[in-house]
Amino acid sequence: MPSKTEAFFGSVGRRVILFGRDVHYASKIINDAFYWTFVSPVKGKPVRVRATISEIVKAGYNAVPIVAVISLFVGIILALQAAYQLKRVGALIYVANLVGVSITRELGPILTAIIVAGRSGSAFAAEIGSMKSAEEVDALVTMGINPVRFLVTPKLLALMFMLPALTVFADMIGIFGGFLLSTTVIGIHPYNYFQQSVNALLVKDVMTGLVKAWAFGIVITIVGAYQGFKVEGGAEEVGRRTTASVVASIFLVIVFDLFFTTLFYYFT
Amino acid sequence: MMSAVMENAIEVTGLRTHYGQREILKGISIAIPRGKTSVILGGSGCGKSTLLKHLIGLLRPTAGKIAINGRDIAAMDEEELNRVRRKMGMLFQGAALLNSLTVAENVALPIREHARLNESTVMIMVRMKLDLVGLSGFENFYPSQLSGGMKKRAGLARAIALDPELLFFDEPSAGLDPVTAAGLDDLILKLRNVFGITIVVVTHELPSVFTIADYVIMLDAGEVIFSGILDDLRNSQNERVRMFLERRPETKTYSPDDYFRFIVGD
Repeated sequence: MPSKTEAFFGSVGRRVILFGRDVHYASKIINDAFYWTFVSPVKGKPVRVRATISEIVKAGYNAVPIVAVISLFVGIILALQAAYQLKRVGALIYVANLVGVSITRELGPILTAIIVAGRSGSAFAAEIGSMKSAEEVDALVTMGINPVRFLVTPKLLALMFMLPALTVFADMIGIFGGFLLSTTVIGIHPYNYFQQSVNALLVKDVMTGLVKAWAFGIVITIVGAYQGFKVEGGAEEVGRRTTASVVASIFLVIVFDLFFTTLFYYFT
Repeated sequence: MMSAVMENAIEVTGLRTHYGQREILKGISIAIPRGKTSVILGGSGCGKSTLLKHLIGLLRPTAGKIAINGRDIAAMDEEELNRVRRKMGMLFQGAALLNSLTVAENVALPIREHARLNESTVMIMVRMKLDLVGLSGFENFYPSQLSGGMKKRAGLARAIALDPELLFFDEPSAGLDPVTAAGLDDLILKLRNVFGITIVVVTHELPSVFTIADYVIMLDAGEVIFSGILDDLRNSQNERVRMFLERRPETKTYSPDDYFRFIVGD
C-alpha cells in the first residue's frame, strides 16, 4: 500500500503526464496543419482546392444570415446603451463613435468568432470525430494520405479567409444597426451620424479587428481538429468532444482576444 | 532483387505491444507466405486486430521487428512507410469509405494521391476496379446509399486501386449475410488466383477460413498457439485450437470457496 503522500504525488504525476501528452498532441496538430497548409504546397503537394471552396461555402457563406442578424441587433443594443449614458451629458452624437469603435475593434471579430465556433468548430470536431470512429482516418493513413492534409488544411484555409471576411461584414451591419437606431429613435441627423463615424474610425481600428479575426479562425480550426482526432470510442464520445470543442474554442478565442488587445494597446 | 528468393512476404519477430499498461501481444513471431492467403484466427480480444494494425504500420510496437519484403517497417519514418503503403491495400471492417465522396471518388482517392494521371485515365482505372468487384454502374452513388456488402466491395475496389502486392482484410464477413459473405470469399480467392496477391485475412468465421485459407495463424491471449497449413489445423491436438474449431464454450469452474470469495468481492 502506498502512503497518502505517495498516492498524492502519484496522482499529481499521472495528471501532469496526461496533460503533457495532450500538449504534445495539440502542438503536433498545429505543426502538421501549418506544414501541410503552407510548406508542402511549395514542395509540390497541392492543397485540395475543391474541398477548400466547399468549406468556405459551409463555414463562411452559410453563416452570413446569422452573422447579419446578430450584428444588426448588437449594433442597435450598443447604440441604445450608449445613448442611455451619453444623453445625461448632452453628448448624444458620440453614440456614433462608441458604436463604430467598439464594433470594429472588439465586437465584430468576437461575435463572428463565437458564431463560427458554434457552427463550424463543432462541425469540424463532429466530422473528424465520426471519421475517426468509423476507421476512415485510419483508411486515409493506409492509403498514404495524411489526414491533417486531407481534412484540416481545407478547413484552416477556409476559416483564415472567411473569418476576416465575415468580420468586415459584421462590422458594416453592426454600424448600420447603430445608425438605424440613432437616426430614428434618438433623432441624430443621418449625415451627422455618418460624418461622426467616419471621423471616429481609423484604419487601424478595422485592421486590428481583422488581425484578431484571422487568429480566431486558426484557433477555432485547430481546437475542432484536435478534439476530433482525440475521439477513440463511438458516438457518445463524438458528442462529448463536439461540446468540448465549442467550449474550448470560445475560451481560447477570449484568451487570444485579451492577448491581442493588450498587444495593440501598447504597440499601435 | 531478393524478392524472387524470399518466400515470405512478411516476417514478424518478437512483436510486443501495449495499450497503456496492458500487454496485448506477448512477443509473437510469425511469417506470412508470399502469394498465398493467410488467415489470422482467434477469439475476440486475442489481439488479432492489433496485430493487423501493426502489419500496416498504423500502430508502432513496443518491441520487435516487422519485416515487409525484408525491410523493417517498425523502424521507418512516415515518408518511407508511405512508400511501402503504396504496395498495400486494406479493407477495413466497416469498409471505411469516406461518406462525403462518391464511390468513384473513393476508389480514385489513392490513385490521385500517388499517381499523376489525367482524369480520363483515372476514371478508366476506377471503372475497371469497380467492375472487378461487381459494382459497375454504382460510380456516382454515395456510401450511405449502398448496402453493407456493397460497401465492402467498394472498399475492396479502393484497396486494390493501385494493384497492391499485399492485401489485408479486417473481418471481411462481419455483419454480412452468408450469401454476401460467400461472394466476398470468392472475390478473395479470385484475387489470389488471378493476380497472385499476398492476402492476410483477420477473422473468426470458421466457414470462411476453410474456404479461403492456405495458411493459418491462430492467436490466443496475445500468443501464437498455431501456425501452419489448413490440414494441420484440422488435425491439431492443441486444446485451445480444438475448442475454437468445435465451437465449445469456455467453461470456467470455480470451487465453492473461490466463488464465495468472488461474490463478496474479496
